[in-house]
Amino acid sequence: MWDNTVITMLLEGTRDTLYMTLMSTLFGYVFGLPMGIILAITDKEGICPNMVAYKILDFVANVIRSIPFLILLILVIPITKLVVGKSYGSTATIVPLVIAATPFIARMVESSLKEVDKGVIEAAQSMGAFIPTIIWKALLAEARTSLLVGVTIALGTVLGYSAMAGVVGGGGLGDIAIRYGYYRYQTDIMLLTIVILVVLVQIMQGLGMLLSKKLDRRRR
Amino acid sequence: MEPIIRVENLSKVFDAKSGRVDAVRNINFEIAKGDIFGIIGLSGAGKSTLVRCLNLLERPTSGNVYIKGKNLMDMSGKELRKTRRNIGMIFQNFNLLMQRNVLDNVCFPLEIAGVKRKEAKERAMELLKKVGLGDKAASYPAQLSGGQKQRVAIARVLANNPEILLCDEATSALDPQTTKSILNLLKSINEEYGITIVVITHEMRVVKNICSHVAVLNHGKLAEKGTVKEVFTNPKSSAAKVLILNDEEQDKFSGEVYEGNVG
Ligand SMILES: Nc1ncnc2c1ncn2[C@@H]1O[C@H](COP(=O)(O)OP(=O)(O)OP(=O)(O)O)[C@@H](O)[C@H]1O
Ligand SMILES: [Mg+2]
Repeated sequence: MWDNTVITMLLEGTRDTLYMTLMSTLFGYVFGLPMGIILAITDKEGICPNMVAYKILDFVANVIRSIPFLILLILVIPITKLVVGKSYGSTATIVPLVIAATPFIARMVESSLKEVDKGVIEAAQSMGAFIPTIIWKALLAEARTSLLVGVTIALGTVLGYSAMAGVVGGGGLGDIAIRYGYYRYQTDIMLLTIVILVVLVQIMQGLGMLLSKKLDRRRR
Repeated sequence: MEPIIRVENLSKVFDAKSGRVDAVRNINFEIAKGDIFGIIGLSGAGKSTLVRCLNLLERPTSGNVYIKGKNLMDMSGKELRKTRRNIGMIFQNFNLLMQRNVLDNVCFPLEIAGVKRKEAKERAMELLKKVGLGDKAASYPAQLSGGQKQRVAIARVLANNPEILLCDEATSALDPQTTKSILNLLKSINEEYGITIVVITHEMRVVKNICSHVAVLNHGKLAEKGTVKEVFTNPKSSAAKVLILNDEEQDKFSGEVYEGNVG
């Protein structure tokens, strides 16, 4: 039973999982990074406080984050169909993944940026810096290690979510685990997919942490 | 001559959760170009709030702040940003960018002002040499001592050739020896470039060392102002008396301890 078809299937599953994880995290940041920045700067203590903007984004983030991913997956099927034309397969799974990842990423970005020393921001303001300059050169640049740790966490979380999408035929390793392990009782294949998932998370975690340490200049 | 800084009926009220705080109450004073102006007062007197109002980091609740005759309160965002480039500020905690090396920290205000990279680097290097850190250009702030960090901050603040320098407890995190060297540096900057310096401190020796004029704050009000000589030899307000006489007593006390140790 360890024939080529199984190996091919697992390789394809790994490829699909990586594809979903990377694309979803990427698009998650396309939306989540600006959202996180706006959350950070419009809050009371931010550089341009705006309670209305903050409260709206805060509310949106909370609502999406409180919907369990499996429910969200089903809930957004109409949107998925609209964007990709079908509701199953890896590419279709990216849509709910991005929707789920965006507020999660925004929250992590928000908290990373809020960790930046207020004094540094104040120094930039005292130099007559324009708000986009402060965001780019003080907030994002100073928070970069924390932001990278965030990327690592986001990748791991999205990978986990992508496996869940297997329940509705989302493709990837989760799909394989459910088809073989749950419906056909082939526990060995299921265990193998778990091992691959664990290895993938370990690699991403390891690389992310290494990179963020490398880029951190706060140590002596 | 028009004073370089003029503060008119300045008040700042904080509406904190714990209640209303009158941090600065109806303050008037002016600072002449080239002065080193000290602001002293007990903790919570409103010194930091007052100095932060001078470049509108804190927007006053009422009153006006004139820099070279122009009212900051009437300025557009753009004008204000431009004026701020002429008002440098250094801080107790240095506030350097921790992820940038020393040279790039000094380049930061030049980037903000739109100076070309090559030109900025040359200017930054020149300033680092000026503050005695020419060999630390490639180091990161985390690798420097407190005194060295403050020197970087001073190089950084000089980058845009400001006419005014605001210092909020700039030496309070430093030991006496390092404090002395930083004060000497400030004094030489004042003499060499004619930069007007506003020094906030709770350490009387800082005022005695470098200031020409001093203002005493007490519970947000201006208790007294004058030349350092006037105020220190003949303090009139009770707030000034407390600060200055207590300080002298402490000096005497530490002197006795010192002598005791020697004898
Ligand atoms: N952002 C703020 N919100 C509410 N209250 C504030 C704020 N900033 C300062 N205050 C209050 O205003 C008063 C003056 O504070 P300020 O920091 O100006 O004092 P200070 O003279 O600089 O004291 P220190 O010597 O301890 O630095 C204090 O009572 C302080 O609690
Ligand atoms: Mg203070």
